[in-house]
Amino acid sequence: MFDYVTFTWNMEFALEILPQLLRAAWITLQATVGGFAIAVIIGLVFALLRRGPRIVSWPTTFVIEFVRSTPLLVQLYVLYFILPLYGVSLSAFVTGVIGLGLHYGAYLSEVYRAGIEHVGRGQWEAAIALNFDRRRTWTHIVLPQALPPMLPMFGNYFIVMFKETPLLSAITVVELLQTAKIIGSRTFNYVEPYTLVGLIFLALSYPAALVVNRLEARFARQRQ
Amino acid sequence: MGFDLLPLLLRGAGITIQLTLVSAAVALFMALLAGLGRLSPFRAVRFLAGTYVEVFRGTSVLVQLFWFYFALPLFGIRLDAFTAGVLALGLNVGAYGAETVRGSILSVPRGQIEAGIALNFSAAQRMRRIVLPLALVMMLPPFGNNLIELLKATALVSLITIPEMTFEGYSLQMTTGRTNEIFMWLLVLYFAIAYPLTLGVRAIERRVSAFLRA
Repeated sequence: MFDYVTFTWNMEFALEILPQLLRAAWITLQATVGGFAIAVIIGLVFALLRRGPRIVSWPTTFVIEFVRSTPLLVQLYVLYFILPLYGVSLSAFVTGVIGLGLHYGAYLSEVYRAGIEHVGRGQWEAAIALNFDRRRTWTHIVLPQALPPMLPMFGNYFIVMFKETPLLSAITVVELLQTAKIIGSRTFNYVEPYTLVGLIFLALSYPAALVVNRLEARFARQRQ
Repeated sequence: MGFDLLPLLLRGAGITIQLTLVSAAVALFMALLAGLGRLSPFRAVRFLAGTYVEVFRGTSVLVQLFWFYFALPLFGIRLDAFTAGVLALGLNVGAYGAETVRGSILSVPRGQIEAGIALNFSAAQRMRRIVLPLALVMMLPPFGNNLIELLKATALVSLITIPEMTFEGYSLQMTTGRTNEIFMWLLVLYFAIAYPLTLGVRAIERRVSAFLRA
């Protein structure tokens, strides 16, 4: 298993490819933000549908369970290969962003659900007592109270999604990992590109995780 | 319905399950090691365990997988695809599990530990007979969820040419072009493996919370 090769980290090469990787990191971030925006909307829609009558809530629950029980990679392949068969041809990037958004929308719907359940019964009753209609109850009473405690969870999922975007390389999106792969196969040097990709992920996601932890701690204090 | 596709996909499913189990063993070992390591009285151990957890949680599984498979050989360590896959998945999920281990141990009520002190248990006895048994019960549901995430993550190793279920599906689609049937089967098969696990985890969750309330 071990054959000793004298190996040196080539700093010059690393610095040479860094700008290209950072540009690719920008694509990764765009995909994350796009996917997250879709997930936030789909998550809310799923969460609201689940509260509807059985004929709506059961199929919604099934879709959520199904999406959560199957790998994102397979879902991306399905969108990438099957949509064109029905005449929907989207770019790989858009397909990937939609896939990411759908997958994590199913996860975020659980976050919404927990947040909505967190709003006390008394608040709903007060809204009825004050003669608020359904829409105003949601927009003025329930969501304003449900959303802030969800923020840390949203933050967590944003970071998770950021780390999942390299999957988009499997459907030919040239994001960070795919860029590293291209550099690697061109120069036969995989150590610098892949290590830099890891470091870029760490440099972006670790500080973000610290921010989320602080948010979490603040909300935990408020609850006490 | 494409039932003729099933034998190949099921062969892949066998490898998927095998990969899940072996990686789960690695993950469990790493989770206990690093989780306990982060609570160690020795600073160096805490630092090592903490670095492991943050590095593996802070980067992407797929990047780790590619790093193990493509970059490690250049350091003179050559891993076959299966080993690289198991290591990357196991170490990644282990890092998440380590946080579960740490959290569960820290959430054992103080009264339990004080009772141990009152009964003149040594620190090691308290850990072994009071804290760990309680903490292990609390770890079960999150570990179950990690197992499901791990099962889904095994699809990634298709990208380093391990012939598990997704790989078989992908190659079948390339050779036969029967896109619809193949991907529908893949989704159904993953669901068929993962959903019973989800139900199992929920059942365990209910029992554990009933146990902790008692």
